[in-house]
Amino acid sequence: MNASVVIHWTDVGAASDVPYQGARRVETDLGAVAVFHTVSGEYFAIFDRCPHKNGPLSEGIVHGKAVACPLHNWSISLETGQALGADAGKGCTPVVPLMIEDGRILLGLNS
Amino acid sequence: MTKEKIVVIGAGMAGGRIVEEILKRDDTKFEISIIGAEACATYDRIQLSPVLAGEKTFEQIVTHSQEWYDSNGVKTHFGYWVQSIDRAMKHVVLHDGQTIAYDKLILTLGSDPIRLPLPGADLSGVVAFRDLHDVDAMQKAAEKGGEAVVIGGGLLGLEAAYGLAKRGMKATVIHLVDVLMERQLDEAAGRLLEKALLERGVNSILNAQSEAILGETHVEGLKLKDGRIIPASLLVMAVGIRPHVEPAKAAGLTVERGIVVDDQMRTSDPSIFAVGECVQHRGVCYGLVAPIWDMCRTLADVLTEANVEAAYAGSELATRLKVSGVDLYSAGQFNGGEGCEDIVFRDPGRGVYKRVVIKNDQLVGAVLFGEATDGGWYFDLIKKGESVAEIRDTLIFGQAVTNALAGTDPSSAVAAWPDDTEVCGCNGVSKGQVVASITAGNDTLDKVRGHCKASASCGSCTGIVESLLKCTLGDSFKAQTGPKPMCKCTEHGHAVVRKAIVEQELKTIPDVMQAMKWTTPDGCSSCRPALNYYLLCAWPRAYHDDPRSRFVNERNHANIQKDGTYSVVPRMWGGLTSAKELRAIADVVDKFNVPMVKVTGGQRLDLFGVKKEDLPAVWADLNAAGMVSGHAYAKALRTVKTCVGSEWCRFGTQDSTGLGVKLEQATWGSYMPHKFKMAASGCPRNCAEATIKDFGVVCVDSGYELHVGGNAGIHVRVTDLLTKVATEEEALEWSMAFVQLYREDAWYLERTAPWIERVGLQFVKDGLADPADRAALVARFKESQDVYQVDPWAEHAPKSAPAKVFSPLADLRQGVSQDHLQTQAQEPAE
Ligand code: SRM
Ligand SMILES: Cc1cc2nc3c(=O)[nH]c(=O)nc-3n(C[C@H](O)[C@H](O)[C@H](O)COP(=O)(O)OP(=O)(O)OC[C@H]3O[C@@H](n4cnc5c(N)ncnc54)[C@H](O)[C@@H]3O)c2cc1C
Ligand code: SF4
Ligand code: FES
Repeated sequence: MNASVVIHWTDVGAASDVPYQGARRVETDLGAVAVFHTVSGEYFAIFDRCPHKNGPLSEGIVHGKAVACPLHNWSISLETGQALGADAGKGCTPVVPLMIEDGRILLGLNS
Repeated sequence: MTKEKIVVIGAGMAGGRIVEEILKRDDTKFEISIIGAEACATYDRIQLSPVLAGEKTFEQIVTHSQEWYDSNGVKTHFGYWVQSIDRAMKHVVLHDGQTIAYDKLILTLGSDPIRLPLPGADLSGVVAFRDLHDVDAMQKAAEKGGEAVVIGGGLLGLEAAYGLAKRGMKATVIHLVDVLMERQLDEAAGRLLEKALLERGVNSILNAQSEAILGETHVEGLKLKDGRIIPASLLVMAVGIRPHVEPAKAAGLTVERGIVVDDQMRTSDPSIFAVGECVQHRGVCYGLVAPIWDMCRTLADVLTEANVEAAYAGSELATRLKVSGVDLYSAGQFNGGEGCEDIVFRDPGRGVYKRVVIKNDQLVGAVLFGEATDGGWYFDLIKKGESVAEIRDTLIFGQAVTNALAGTDPSSAVAAWPDDTEVCGCNGVSKGQVVASITAGNDTLDKVRGHCKASASCGSCTGIVESLLKCTLGDSFKAQTGPKPMCKCTEHGHAVVRKAIVEQELKTIPDVMQAMKWTTPDGCSSCRPALNYYLLCAWPRAYHDDPRSRFVNERNHANIQKDGTYSVVPRMWGGLTSAKELRAIADVVDKFNVPMVKVTGGQRLDLFGVKKEDLPAVWADLNAAGMVSGHAYAKALRTVKTCVGSEWCRFGTQDSTGLGVKLEQATWGSYMPHKFKMAASGCPRNCAEATIKDFGVVCVDSGYELHVGGNAGIHVRVTDLLTKVATEEEALEWSMAFVQLYREDAWYLERTAPWIERVGLQFVKDGLADPADRAALVARFKESQDVYQVDPWAEHAPKSAPAKVFSPLADLRQGVSQDHLQTQAQEPAE
């Protein structure tokens, strides 16, 4: 990785607006990003499109640190964006850097 | 050249099979016609026992359907009786006078049940056990409950009594001698059987001679010679069968006890052949199917000239009893006699009894009770007639032990069987053929059945086929057996978890996961929706529905589409709509640019391509016109399909439309294990297709037939008749009670059809029979409806402030105004 890359953080909303064990969608010029809030209280962001057939991951059931795609039930890791389980190795969704600061969600969207 | 004409008389087991065997060998040579007195196509008569016991449906036992015959170019005349055979003209005459010419004629006339000439034998309620008609009559009688007497303690009589007991009757078997099934069992096994039957609700009276059947017009009881009177509202005579020979006799063929045939199955007329129970071969008449399959194979070889030398040499017989949970097998000469030695094994603790009979170092007979897996192996040894001197010491312990001690190392009994061991006697399938079928990719019992027919007839070799699946596929098969865990987060199956929720009063998803030792922190997308449902069903008031554990459609109250948009289906009660509703829908379509409107298969309109953020506003507009969510997306009541009914239709017997509306109004909004569809038809023409719905009503003059467990979709299943009621109020009451029973008992994602297949129709009938039970179910249903019968659209579409979860958290796209967003960003980011 090039150490000189500077991440630009963008505030996208209050952490409390993303439901526990749920997700919200953020529209960007690169496509929609899904922000997740897991059972462990952590937040993750990945692009809101399933590597299978672009299913909106923000509508899936969130379990552990993964989400089940609402269209055909692939399980996608929120940490790595990789498809898990039976579909492992079949595809990956880009991960978006995320930071929580003072109750605000900051996404590292460089464009 | 015109094809040679084959005519088959009798469309029973032998009839269907001979046609199949001929076509298998040559499907171009003959023009085949088949005539059967029964109005239906060919079914597996053996399976009438499980049908009677409610363990199978008639549809499941059809072996050669009308479509099968049609698609094979076989002309059928079902419901026709052959009056006579004109050998000079070479044609047969049907009861309506039409004639059908033949070049070769095959008789498969079966046999007739023997009716004892007792006084009262012609009263109504006295039936035999031979065909579907008899089973129907028994089922009808059993619906009223009460007592049944079966005369005859042979295979047929016991299966009849067991079936009736399972259907809730008090069943008594009257048997002439002192051992049940004395032609197949020795006394010890007979006693164990008596006890096993008693545990299943069948009482036996042995050494009893019947004197008279009592009753005015309908049977009321049976009087025995010793003066005892056994009350009964149904009397089944199962005292034996007699080959059906009349048409052959009248045509002048040689007939003794049966129609006499040679080893090529030819009668005394070289153009006429016979197979099945109607024949007498080398002096023997058979009453089981295994010999019939042998006969059919021989005859097909002869007729198609596939093997002109083919000859039938008679069959050894083995019997298994088809009473669930009773393992019983008997083969050959089991009662010893001159020069015979017995080896006996008993284990009273496990209720196991085995006895093998040896003569001149050959195995000649076996009786097994309580543990019958080695039956096929013994039967094979009997048929082969090889010396068993070397394995004599271990013979009684079965094949696994015998082979293990002989130096081979079988991992299980069946694994050690030689490939040519017969596994399925009914269809003559060997172990090698089953294993070949499995390795060809048939990795489930059903697939094996469909592919090589093993276990597809009487089903008693099912255990062996399963063992073969297990040892051929290893762990991958094991995974499918045993109580299946709900998902990989737990080792418990649905039933156990559900029980724990109720008994341990678990009231939240985390509580359940804690108490049941879930291996994942918050489950997965398969167990959470199930737990959410189980909890809301068990505790309608205390539990709060968890949207995070619901599939997207149920969370967003619309059906997600492949492009991420949604479809919206408002309810149209019973398929009715109005100008006002249609106008509101039209306005919504215009206002929100809805790309497509479609009439669904459920008699209502579907609006496709609605954007998620528009959903609340669409709902608000539909609500304003009085419409509510159609739950087209939910594990819940979908639609109630109706037909026109007595209000307009010239055939209508009741107001099916009105009833449909009432059914929908009573049950909408209630969450269920899976989707639930209903229909009400105004007469048996059944225009609303009520007999493929989860709950269907077919109106008739005298009231309402209530049908349950229908399903179209991937596996079509026709409903079972639940009951018939006289009034609309009762129909509504039964519908709610049925829904509640289904809600409380079925596993999540189990529709009524597989649920009923699993628990049996009798369970459902038993659960609903008692008016008090029904009332309690209805009360619990109504309590749940108090909470859940609310329109989710109205809840989420308050016109003033649409729920923010339907819109994005933020929109960072260039040139998009942030104003309309529902974010709560107060402070700008640093
Ligand atoms: C819209 C409709 C097709 C149509 O245009 O006519 C439809 C559309 C869908 N059906 Fe259906 N089914 C529709 C009537 C039927 C019918 C006919 C009926 O109900 O009379 C059947 C067979 C009857 C039955 O269920 O027994 C039917 C059997 C299925 C099945 C197979 C169910 C089964 O038990 O095998 C599925 C798959 C499932 O549920 O898992 C299914 C699933 C679906 C889904 C939900 C697929 C999905 O998961 O996205 C489709 C949703 C489309 C949408 O966005 O609305 N649909 N579907 C019908 C809606 C009826 C309604 O008004 O609510
Ligand atoms: C309840 C029950 C359980 C059984 N269980 C077993 C078991 O576990 N194992 C086993 O091996 N066997 C069992 N059997 C016996 C087995 O079903 C029979 O051996 C087999 O059905 C005989 O076949 P078939 O074709 O000869 O006669 P059927 O199957 O009786 O067929 C004869 C057909 O010919 C028709 N017919 C007769 N005369 C005419 C005519 N003149 N014109 C037109 N049609 C005519 C009849 O209507 C009938 O449909 C059982 C039988 C019953 C009733
Ligand atoms: S049959 Fe049903 S599930 Fe299949 S494409 Fe049509 S609507 Fe979709
Ligand atoms: S689009 Fe996600 S699983 Fe198919």
